[in-house]
Amino acid sequence: MKISMTVNGKEVAREVEDRRLLVDYLRQDLGLTGTHVGCDTSQCGACVVHVDGEPVKACTMLAADAEGAQVKTIEGMAGKDGTLHAIQAAFQEHHGLQCGFCTPGMIMSAAALLKENPKPNEHEIREYLDGNICRCTGYHNIVKAIMAASGQPVAIAAE
Amino acid sequence: MYNFEFQKPGSIEDAVAALRHEDAMPLGGGQTLLPTMKARLASPTRLVSLGGIPGMKGVSSSGDTLIVKGGTTHAIVAREAGGVFPGLAQLASHIGDAAVRSRGTIGGSLANNDPAACYPAAALGTGATIKTDRREIAADEFFQGMFSTALDEGEIITEVRFPIPQAANYQKFLQPASRFAMVGVFVARFADGVRVAVTGAGNDGVFRWSEAESALSSNFSADALAGLSVSADDMIADIHGSGAYRAHLVKELTGRAVLAAS
Repeated sequence: MKISMTVNGKEVAREVEDRRLLVDYLRQDLGLTGTHVGCDTSQCGACVVHVDGEPVKACTMLAADAEGAQVKTIEGMAGKDGTLHAIQAAFQEHHGLQCGFCTPGMIMSAAALLKENPKPNEHEIREYLDGNICRCTGYHNIVKAIMAASGQPVAIAAE
Repeated sequence: MYNFEFQKPGSIEDAVAALRHEDAMPLGGGQTLLPTMKARLASPTRLVSLGGIPGMKGVSSSGDTLIVKGGTTHAIVAREAGGVFPGLAQLASHIGDAAVRSRGTIGGSLANNDPAACYPAAALGTGATIKTDRREIAADEFFQGMFSTALDEGEIITEVRFPIPQAANYQKFLQPASRFAMVGVFVARFADGVRVAVTGAGNDGVFRWSEAESALSSNFSADALAGLSVSADDMIADIHGSGAYRAHLVKELTGRAVLAAS
């Protein structure tokens, strides 16, 4: 079937199988490999993208069901000149990543959180990231990065 | 997952017609059905997405009733139900995780009737009415055991009508891997009595704890539960917890819900 949607501000249309998952559509059909597949079972959150402004696990949505939607992936976060988004810059500054595999999903979830709650406290950040698994950092620096990206001081206790 | 034919009708009538096809299944947010299909535990030949039907999303209230349209996501209920029914918004805001709440729908959750899902406890715990494309079903008649409901094949939940309680609270003891309830208890206090519904624990799925309802209706305090217990024999026992463990949690969480709603 033919589907069309807007991905990172660009109109795209492709012929896909009805069973095509959104994540495979992004990665394999559009070449946007920044969105990762960690588990393929909705557990890990590495594939989180925004669909019409809301965080969605792209491995648990059909591409066909995103017909007409506005989709934003990690590739759509930095400015056109390559300037990192504030959350990306904060992850770099605060070492919010080690291997980086979970990072695209973390950044997209963090962006969704800050849209809904611009000044979250540490507990709210940790609770919101419930569906994003990181096996390197122990989450500590991720939480620090999101605190910093929200313009709040990073607590000494978290140093 | 095996391939299938995808359809996204623009009206309830067209969806009902599309679902008359053999082995067709309705698709709400897909947060349960798609993982099930990937595991090849379900293999519909046709998926009928309900996401393209106007008027299937939204929260409104009318007098003492909160109306949630069948395709409303957990995220929307969490954001919009709090003004008149904070207990329901609180429940919705802790289903799965944020990304799951963006997609999962109330109709999908009730129709699936997972024995550990949260929404069945709210529907049964308030005596909600489930409205479908063809009739209205009382919550007390709707839930018929694990993954089993009064819905016919191809019947679509169009809205859920919750009587708004004077006070309500949902306590969920999280199964941390699945984020479903190990045990969840919904307590709702109405002018004419108290209802208590338990999810995650019963062998036959969500159930009302009628002894606690009677005790709490005459004395709405955790102390009223002191002499009561539920039978471990009727509880789910699995690698995550024994029947006795779940029976204990039912009482403990009921007490916490009463305290939080007091």
